[in-house]
Amino acid sequence: MTMDMRNELPPAQAARKAWLSLMAKAPDSAMLALWNAQNCTPSFTWLRRPETGTVMVRGRAGGTGAPFNLGEMTVTRCTVQLDNGTVGHGYVQGRSHDKARAAALADAMMQGDAAEALQSAFLTPLSQQLAATKAKRARKAAATKVDFFTMVRGED
Amino acid sequence: MYVAVKGGERAIDNAHAWLGEERRGDHDVSELSVAQIREQLSLAVNRVMAEGSLYDPDLAALAIKQARGDMIEAIFLIRAYRTTLPRFAGSEPIATEKMACDRRISATFKDVPGGQILGPTFDYTHRLLDFKLAAEGGLSDAPEGDAQQGDVPHVLSFLDGEGLIQQEKQGANTPPDLTREPMELPANRPLRLQSLARGDEGFLLSLAYSTQRGYARNHAFVGELRIGDVPVEVEIPELGFAIEIGDITVTECETVNQFTGSKTESAQFTRGYGLVFGMSERKSISMALVDRALRWEELGEDNLGAAAQDEEFVLSHCDNIQATGFLEHIKLPHYVDFQSELELVRKLRRDTMAGADSTPAQEAAE
Repeated sequence: MTMDMRNELPPAQAARKAWLSLMAKAPDSAMLALWNAQNCTPSFTWLRRPETGTVMVRGRAGGTGAPFNLGEMTVTRCTVQLDNGTVGHGYVQGRSHDKARAAALADAMMQGDAAEALQSAFLTPLSQQLAATKAKRARKAAATKVDFFTMVRGED
Repeated sequence: MYVAVKGGERAIDNAHAWLGEERRGDHDVSELSVAQIREQLSLAVNRVMAEGSLYDPDLAALAIKQARGDMIEAIFLIRAYRTTLPRFAGSEPIATEKMACDRRISATFKDVPGGQILGPTFDYTHRLLDFKLAAEGGLSDAPEGDAQQGDVPHVLSFLDGEGLIQQEKQGANTPPDLTREPMELPANRPLRLQSLARGDEGFLLSLAYSTQRGYARNHAFVGELRIGDVPVEVEIPELGFAIEIGDITVTECETVNQFTGSKTESAQFTRGYGLVFGMSERKSISMALVDRALRWEELGEDNLGAAAQDEEFVLSHCDNIQATGFLEHIKLPHYVDFQSELELVRKLRRDTMAGADSTPAQEAAE
């Protein structure tokens, strides 16, 4: 069902979902290093200062059945408003207020003229870093895949 | 009963100061950093996250350091911290069929689509101490292969397709939450799974083992065990759509168990389920076996009086923080309680002595 909802998102929302998801999942250090390199210091006001809380993670019985509560994870969120009125939300995994702030500012800026520049200088490299880490893990997993062969029993 | 007593402040302060010093240990040995614990004792970190019921590797590593490696103390610290945090939302159920698998094995099918992926496992090691690690670890690069494309399907979905295994029932979108409302018995399966997911690994291991030894035996095969990362998706009210809020590592175990069937219903395998934060293979298999044993009534089996079938017994005793809280409180001052018992025993003894000399024994004091 989630898949259907995802597919139904209009392009603008789908794009926003993609960059918010990317920033939420990026490791703190990688994200902040890249963000700080952008020297993006737009003036803004806090609509909601960074606060750390949790999201209750759910699973399904048997992987496919009734939802159940697996346990919580830490999440930090905040909301900013740029001087031109654009609102940006930061929702990130973990407890870094700096990362949430960067995500909210990037979210706001991605809705304006700076979007293209920010996409190529910040989001795309970040996404490539994450993909590279993921791909490396997948290759290591692949190397541990078993190739079965059958021993030939003695011939007569 | 225990009563408040004053006078221990100085002793307590000094005890805590000494605790800090003992925690640090020999100053000639360099201090452990939280990052070192997170990276190099990751399975300990995983256990603290799973039983602390909070996914945050840095916090779990800090708790392990603070607790001097006492896992239950570390779990206690995480549970206590968790209660200080506001809860923003509940997630969509994680889609484990989309897991990026580090490990994925099946004990039921050799040639399973997606293959048997061993991952970074202790299996097949000889359990011989590696003295090279005592000197220095050194960096070893793991070999790489050609990464698989696409999702790795659940093994049980193949049995499901043929109708050979019982289908899971659907349930409420918002499951009951034992961290919000006190657990009521009988519990339903979602509540049981929540309780088991944060339950003590050792307790669940022993219970699961008891089913294998014959106390409510249910012949479990590990249909599939998979470990890897899944994204967690959450609906954000301000946005009006869901985003992926993070990636978490989980271990999932699906067991294929003894079949049921009757004259009207054809025979089908049944299933048990384990899902745990982090890489926690032993815990997830244990959870699946205990989950399956607890389903005896729903599956029309007999109550054999086994501990693993007894929901009240399992759920009331699997939480190590509840257990240790009650257990350890008996070391706190019970001076008044004990004084009264002491008085009673003395009185009984006096009465017995007196009774030996003269006649009728007095009633024991209440």
